[in-house]
Amino acid sequence: MWIYEKKLQFPIRIKNPNPKMATLIISQYGGPDGELAASLRYLSQRYIMPISEGKALLTDIGTEELAHFEMVGTMVYQLMKGASDEEIKASGAGPYFTDHGRGVYPTSAAGNPFTAAYIQSKGDPIADLNEDLAAEQKARSTYEWLLRMADDPDVIEPLKFLRQREVVHYQRFGELLMKVQDYVESKKYF
Amino acid sequence: MTVSDRVRLLDEIRILEFIAVELNLYLDNNPNDHKAIRDYNSFTKQLMAVKDEYQRRYGPLSNFGTAWSQSPWAWLNDPWPWELD
Ligand SMILES: [Fe+2]
Repeated sequence: MWIYEKKLQFPIRIKNPNPKMATLIISQYGGPDGELAASLRYLSQRYIMPISEGKALLTDIGTEELAHFEMVGTMVYQLMKGASDEEIKASGAGPYFTDHGRGVYPTSAAGNPFTAAYIQSKGDPIADLNEDLAAEQKARSTYEWLLRMADDPDVIEPLKFLRQREVVHYQRFGELLMKVQDYVESKKYF
Repeated sequence: MTVSDRVRLLDEIRILEFIAVELNLYLDNNPNDHKAIRDYNSFTKQLMAVKDEYQRRYGPLSNFGTAWSQSPWAWLNDPWPWELD
């Protein structure tokens, strides 16, 4: 069961529309290293975790990623909302606008719709956690590339927050991997 | 941009909840850190009190039986999280 909490994890108040930036940030909504992929990956992988620490951590980080999914969707929404048709046309956000208007759609910046092919659930906790470590690093780099293209502090602050969360998740997954490895090793001798 | 009392309270909730999330993830890997558990419980208590105050003033933050509603059905109260607040 999940309960929705009617608030963002981190405040987003973007005052100036920027349709082009919206169509780049969308990649963290529905792109290969985005928040939807992250959440779906962890929430799907948790079933076969052999120790309670793993069941808890994948549930909790998978849940936090959903909050990030909402933050990214909010950024896209606010960046598109006040933009005129003219501004959208001039900005180069026309291809996205053609397919989705000012709506929020899970796609990569390059226009590939979201697919579960971005994630794996291998039935092997060691393999899954190694994927998770890589996934957190790839999400971190994506936020860094986005930060290089952002100039509005209203956009930069939430992106920095999201980048930092990937670093924390990577740390926690690393600790968990060692615990799971120890557990798997200990099983071999009994 | 002026920050309303509602947003100030919401920011307070966000700060306390962020601390709780951080401690929670840490405790998932360190279930025997009694000092961290004490901190978690103490921040949770503060968070619950601030959420209570917020929900009494501005309507429920969560639904499905997790918070009371004013009448009319206050779950509908604007703004929603993605709207400028
Ligand atoms: Fe993450």
